Amino acid sequence: MDSALIPRGVKRCPTWQFALWIGAAGAVLLWGVFAMLLCWFKGLNQTNMNDAYGFALWIWADLAVIALGGGAFFTGFLRYIVGKDELKNIINYAVLIGFICYSSALLILAIDIGQPLRGWFIFWHANVHSMLTEVAFCLTCYFGVLTIEYVPLILENRQIDKIPFFHRLGHNMHEIMAVFAATGAFLSFFHQGSLGGVSGVLFGRPFGYREGIFIWPWTFFLYTWSAAACGPCFTILITKITEKITGKKLVKQNVIELLAKISGWMIGTYIIAKIIDTWYWAKVTAPAAGFNLMDFYSNNPFYGIWILVLEIVICGVVPAMILISEKGRKNPAALMTAIILAVLGACVNRWVMVLQVMAVPVLTFENWVMYYPSWQEVATTILPVAYGVILISLSYRYLPIFPQEQELNPEA
Amino acid sequence: MFPFCFEWMWDMSHMVFMGGLWYALTIIGLGMTFCIGKAFYDTFLDKGKDDHHH
Repeated sequence: MDSALIPRGVKRCPTWQFALWIGAAGAVLLWGVFAMLLCWFKGLNQTNMNDAYGFALWIWADLAVIALGGGAFFTGFLRYIVGKDELKNIINYAVLIGFICYSSALLILAIDIGQPLRGWFIFWHANVHSMLTEVAFCLTCYFGVLTIEYVPLILENRQIDKIPFFHRLGHNMHEIMAVFAATGAFLSFFHQGSLGGVSGVLFGRPFGYREGIFIWPWTFFLYTWSAAACGPCFTILITKITEKITGKKLVKQNVIELLAKISGWMIGTYIIAKIIDTWYWAKVTAPAAGFNLMDFYSNNPFYGIWILVLEIVICGVVPAMILISEKGRKNPAALMTAIILAVLGACVNRWVMVLQVMAVPVLTFENWVMYYPSWQEVATTILPVAYGVILISLSYRYLPIFPQEQELNPEA
Repeated sequence: MFPFCFEWMWDMSHMVFMGGLWYALTIIGLGMTFCIGKAFYDTFLDKGKDDHHH
């Protein structure tokens, strides 16, 4: 039925099967939309946020998807600025994943601000002393860049490409893509950093507070670094999941291994910096504020020292060691383990820097404050996942996302 | 926010923040204007129809 829209030389599942798949994801999406409408029409009392938790599940999800979407800016940087030509075979997918991550982040923010009709206030009535203003600026601009990077892919659809204007527009956009990629890398550096800066400047919250250089706490640089390190792992992970679902090889192993190797070195250097930062914080910064390390990891039902070990050792040192070694990258099981751990590591890091910061008591008469998200918060956090599944499915079916697909699957 | 808005102040924070925003938007805007303008021009003159970008 839709065969005229499917790229030449590749095979796709029957329309009924595709419709069923989209329908299943659509049902989850509608559940999320229902919860979103509840939050918009009834207000933020639909959430379990309170005076202790002004930042909660949504902001964690925001920070996590922005970190994982960092694969787009870093892969673009490597492809267009550094000149790693092999990455042209995965850059389309990295852009698509980045587009989904950033549009999801903006959607979550639109729910979180409670009154999305006033979302433009942050641009017009900007608080120029807030790191979050810079985040909003860069996030929006970078989403614009990702849209510009995604549009040429849409224009390459078989039917759209037949229209002379769109064919030339797509070509022109490809020609100057390096300019957009450089702009994207610049914007990403600052908003990833400022997200880290938000917890780092909280001098009233010793768990998050860090010293730094000039106006930037160390968390500013660690966030950018970790996004550049773990983002490509998320791109590889989604590529592997897509290959599993479609039953096809979509990207050559040498491309995956190159990205994994770069990611491994980035994670390795990041985790050394993170260990130094954690050690200095535990030995100098926190004691100066009257806290010992174990004050942050005891006397509560959830946050033990295990979460620090999980973040730094299991999800940091281990994936770095696997991805740096050639043997590790060539072993499919080890590679998969490493990329899952790296993705988990970024998520755990954002979790502790958003939610554990809020949970830790600051004053002597305070207790730990635990937080459990409401079903509306969970549904609206799952909503972007369903949206991502739908957009990836549509893009995979109708757009030439994987340049090597035809070569790797000649029987199609 | 523009300098003619009542909230504007000529201080470093406003100039860096808003200047950075306009700078990024200008690059993105000029880039897209060039792409769209050239596509119109080439289409009108029937140039570049065999260009491929793979």
